[in-house]
Amino acid sequence: MSAIFLLVGVSLTVAAGFLVAFIWSVKNGQYDDNYTPSIRMLFDDPVKNPDQSANTKK
Amino acid sequence: MEIERFRYDNKIVKQFAFATILWGLVGMLVGVWAALQLVYPALNLGISQTTFGRLRPLHTNAVIFAFVGNGIFMGVYYSLQRLCKARMFSDLLSKIHFWGWQLIIVSAALTLPFGFTTGKEYAELEWPIDIAIALIWVVFGWNMFGTIIKRRERHLYVAIWFFIATFVTVAMLHIVNSFEIPVSFMKSYSWYAGVQDALVQWWYGHNAVAFFLTTPYLGLMYYFIPKAANRPVYSYRLSIIHFWALIFLYIWAGPHHLLYTALPDWAQSLGVVFSIMLLAPSWGGMINGLLTLRGAWDKVREDVVLKFMVVAITAYGMATFEGPMLSLKSVNAISHFTDWTIAHVHVGALGWNGFLTFGILYWLIPRLFQTDLYSKKLANWHFWLGTLGILFYAVPMYWAGFEQSKMWKQFTEEGQLQYQFIETVVRMKPFYVLRSVGGTMYLIGAIMMTYNLIKTVKIGTFLADEEAEAAPLAAVYKEHNEEHWHRWIERRPVQLLLLSLGLVLVGGVIEMVPTFLIESNIPTIASVKPYTPLELQGRDIYVREGCYTCHSQMVRPFRSETARYGEYSKAGEFIYDHPFQWGSKRTGPDLARIGGKYPDSWHYNHMLEPTSMAEYSIMPNYVWLLDNNLDTASTPGKIRAMTTLGVPYPKDYDRIANKDLMKQANEIAANLKNDKIETASDKEIVAIIAYLQRLGKDIKAQPVIKN
Repeated sequence: MSAIFLLVGVSLTVAAGFLVAFIWSVKNGQYDDNYTPSIRMLFDDPVKNPDQSANTKK
Repeated sequence: MEIERFRYDNKIVKQFAFATILWGLVGMLVGVWAALQLVYPALNLGISQTTFGRLRPLHTNAVIFAFVGNGIFMGVYYSLQRLCKARMFSDLLSKIHFWGWQLIIVSAALTLPFGFTTGKEYAELEWPIDIAIALIWVVFGWNMFGTIIKRRERHLYVAIWFFIATFVTVAMLHIVNSFEIPVSFMKSYSWYAGVQDALVQWWYGHNAVAFFLTTPYLGLMYYFIPKAANRPVYSYRLSIIHFWALIFLYIWAGPHHLLYTALPDWAQSLGVVFSIMLLAPSWGGMINGLLTLRGAWDKVREDVVLKFMVVAITAYGMATFEGPMLSLKSVNAISHFTDWTIAHVHVGALGWNGFLTFGILYWLIPRLFQTDLYSKKLANWHFWLGTLGILFYAVPMYWAGFEQSKMWKQFTEEGQLQYQFIETVVRMKPFYVLRSVGGTMYLIGAIMMTYNLIKTVKIGTFLADEEAEAAPLAAVYKEHNEEHWHRWIERRPVQLLLLSLGLVLVGGVIEMVPTFLIESNIPTIASVKPYTPLELQGRDIYVREGCYTCHSQMVRPFRSETARYGEYSKAGEFIYDHPFQWGSKRTGPDLARIGGKYPDSWHYNHMLEPTSMAEYSIMPNYVWLLDNNLDTASTPGKIRAMTTLGVPYPKDYDRIANKDLMKQANEIAANLKNDKIETASDKEIVAIIAYLQRLGKDIKAQPVIKN
């Protein structure tokens, strides 16, 4: 049964670590720009002048 | 900066899409067939290959690994190329991956019905196929990482993290759970025994749900929903938190499949705690998906693709709310072993996986073939038929599960169990009929989709190599000032892989290492002895026929169960069980204490015609067991394998094992003769009777537990 105390301890430590990292990141302004990636994936620009098959690299 | 021209590979996407449709139909058809057999057992056509115990693994493997598996690859191969602005790393690897995976599926279809099974749920495939799965999975990963490394887009979009976590974790789960010792070309024994085997199996089993049915599909959700709605995901920040929290928490939840079993209590509690916590990231993902459609609900009215996706995410939300609820021990005491579990998984499978796949297919096929969908009306019909099918499936199963559980637990005023087990089975039949109707509706919808998509393919022209252009990656990445800390990892796929692996390993290791190392977790019981050669052979027949798909071998410590079956199960009883056979569903009664309950002749007649011993039984006849000769040539090899795994047979016992086997078989044949049943002693029926008569007997001999 002593194993369960170890497990709860480890779990709480890890969870606390995540929480600290999250709070730190918010306070640090890490989440100020997380908009562009979600927009960028929407654009699959058509190829300009598709007839120019020169310098095509697969 | 020079702009590079390249071409996306659409051919591989098309192949996986077609495979998804084909195997989806096959898997669902087998599912309907298996469901109908629970009402009309005679639908097994009287042959072993198509009997429920063998069809059920075929159904689960087909829908999980063939339908959803190909669906994952279809979505990954389409989205990864576009997110990385690069063609797949190697056309050859793509080809090997595709044909290898289809070959594995075909080999599953050719082995499972013939009784080649490891007897571990969702990991039934035998060892040569396990090795093939590992190899092809590595090919997939190699191809994926090659593409990521040569990408032209610095930023790894959230979908890609989910794909990476999927690849890593599934590889780990599959390898750890497939540790088995080969006995012959298509027969092996699980490396683990009893409680450990159960823990490893459900660590795998639950995470198959987590990392095969959930994380890759969340990746697909994060790509295809914004694409289909043409608007960005609701919150990119939420997607980051969602990802890390989900992969870390999921890996711990396995033991919630083993509540109230002989698994050590601490492991059960651990599973419960993490299952409850899982609600948060799961719902974070659901909210992120649904709110992406904020302000676009008018589109949902028009667009059938979005309809499918909305129902898929809603089903995901319901299933992931229900999962944690079912993990509460008090709820699990009611739900476990009943059809409630079946309802739960099908909300996930039919709703979340099925509907997201359908939505993606309706979106993708017209794009690959540069045309519009053949019939929007037909797709709408499919949507409504499928949605109703899910309801017709799930609602009766919830009702059935709850009612049967309550009947099992009901005592009369005199303190006797109120219902015979068979009475609860009879009560289930109408629900099973309704469930089959729901499944059939769902299948008809899928057939309509197939027709619709074939017509779409016919009117379109396929674009095998789609032109694209992008600038190559700048050699030096300039840091932005206000850089988000998470961007560092997004630019480093290899580190991301290692970190994901580290996170999921933490959960796995902490759960399993103590169970293996700490003696007190598995108290030994002096009277528990290894199986005799005949019982071992009988046990292998039990596994082969998939008896575990309907019968548990785990008496939980409830008064209603000890009154019905006998003493509750102890961890020490299972130390020689490779693999464990606790089961997870009681379509029939528990068998943990069946030994000695009935005479040998009862079992013989019951296998010949179950209704002769239990009226209204829905168990199929097992007549072939009466005719098949027992394969005694395999006995020495099996004894040797068991000795290798640490089962304490005497030295060189493999040489005389068959002598003991025949001695015991002759005794059973003599017993049967006394009851006027003539049978040769070398038939399979004799071995299975020997095994059944042994179950639960050891502990009755001398209930002294020494730690």
